[in-house]
Amino acid sequence: MKQKLKSYNAQTYIAYALIAPAAIYIILIVAWPLLETIRLSFTNSSLAGEDYVGLENYQKMFSSKKFNGIVTRTFVWMFFSVSLKLIIGLIGAVLLNANLKGRSIFRVLVMPPWVVPIAIGMLGWLWLYNGYFGIIAGVGMRTGILDGPFGFLAYKQSAFISTIIADVWVGTPMVTVFFLAAMQGVPRDLYEAAYCDGASRWDRFFKITLPQITPVIITMSLLSAIWTFNSFEIIWILTEGGPRGATTTLIIDTYKQALGNYKFGRGAARAVVVMILLMLFAGFYLALLARINKKISHE
Amino acid sequence: MIFILLPFVEMFYASLRPLDHLFRSPYQFYSDDLSFWAYREMWNTVPMLPRYIFNSFFLASVTSIITLLFVIPAAYSYARFKFPFKNSSLYILLAINMFSGAVLLIPLYKVLRTFGLLNTYQAMIVPGVAFLIPTSIWLLKSYFAKIPIDLEEAAFVDGASRIQILRHIIAPLSAPGLVVVGIYAFIGSYAQQFLFAITFNQKKEYMPIPSGLYEFIGYTTVKWNEMMAASLVGIAPVLIIFLFLQKYIVAGLTSGAVKN
Repeated sequence: MKQKLKSYNAQTYIAYALIAPAAIYIILIVAWPLLETIRLSFTNSSLAGEDYVGLENYQKMFSSKKFNGIVTRTFVWMFFSVSLKLIIGLIGAVLLNANLKGRSIFRVLVMPPWVVPIAIGMLGWLWLYNGYFGIIAGVGMRTGILDGPFGFLAYKQSAFISTIIADVWVGTPMVTVFFLAAMQGVPRDLYEAAYCDGASRWDRFFKITLPQITPVIITMSLLSAIWTFNSFEIIWILTEGGPRGATTTLIIDTYKQALGNYKFGRGAARAVVVMILLMLFAGFYLALLARINKKISHE
Repeated sequence: MIFILLPFVEMFYASLRPLDHLFRSPYQFYSDDLSFWAYREMWNTVPMLPRYIFNSFFLASVTSIITLLFVIPAAYSYARFKFPFKNSSLYILLAINMFSGAVLLIPLYKVLRTFGLLNTYQAMIVPGVAFLIPTSIWLLKSYFAKIPIDLEEAAFVDGASRIQILRHIIAPLSAPGLVVVGIYAFIGSYAQQFLFAITFNQKKEYMPIPSGLYEFIGYTTVKWNEMMAASLVGIAPVLIIFLFLQKYIVAGLTSGAVKN
């Protein structure tokens, strides 16, 4: 009987056979295109055809002031967006974790921006940001903060800030939910012990909750950095990267080069830069995850 | 909370107001003749709207069914067998999740063009499935892993075949997990219908709601009340599904991404 069971559990080839369809699919649709993108980045590929041009795409890209500006802008955009998401998410999770009336309803109500198709949510934001008729401009004018119609997406700085706010709106719910899940995982007796020792609410938060959920905070900041970096729809729908490039991030620039101008080669070179950066992020994230998992299994 | 909900409230409010009230500057906070008029009128203004809605549902259903077909055997294998490269391949799956579709667009565009698949449903389904597979495998794996292996072994010793075990033990026990993963895939593919849709498809007949409405904003003076009404109609189905099942989905996702 043991023999029979062993044969049931140790059939590696069945394991591979079951994974094969998914693996082949991923290789065809994800892995191959990644390699092909790298190859294309050394060509001047366009709708007309392609020739190998060596490093020309890269040389042009890195020597262009505009591109360097785009890289800087991407990171500034990311930095503000991710920090806001984390801060608001943390505050939100604390509030939702507190013993307040109706918190279960609020827990559900924070989630819609996360579930709703981003593109449709952004149509709503387009209306909110409308300079003449939108509610934000309206409140501004009524309270006298603005002295006339103001197109939030029409000026460089305000467009930059507006896209960040919309991105935070999309990204915060998820961060909140993850923080909340982590906080609920903190053992109750820790709080009870601290309470008996006379620790204040403030102490309990900074000395128990915060250290206990630090691993989650770190993973979430990396994850949301990755997602923010990848954010395409929000900027595309609100501004298409304008006005005058003020909200053009790396992803938007890649898309514009490749599929706006059909300069596949140049677009591919940008995509390669995006890939390398993403791989760095992903490497960080996975290394971190492996370490956290090790810690958990040791305990 | 206000920050999160205000856009929805304002979208709904705007959808109820007559257009000439909306087009007043500065913003009017009050309208006395609210009505659902825009919800009727939008079908005339956006003549393709029923088609967009159908497309969205059709694309999301097909995408999630195909995803499940690929994911079920793979997740089962990850949950049950030990084999070389198991952990590393699982981490590679996680890493795939981090790539935005935007880096793959160029080769995919070229391939789809060569095979004449641009402007078809397939052009949106094929890449969509690829990006749903990784998370779905992780999610479903944890459901399969919860089924005690003793059950399977007992049946096997009693002479049940692998297929019988799958049909009579695994399938019924993992039904809730399959439903959750299926819904995750449905919501996910419903939500991702923009990038691939605007890139690989220019034909109106095949557009899902988000790209259809987006295109509509491009070339006409926007009738905002109808636009908001149509957007809300587009949002409603996912929101309803999600509200009913949010508990399970959130529990599954949070456990998958933070720890094994």
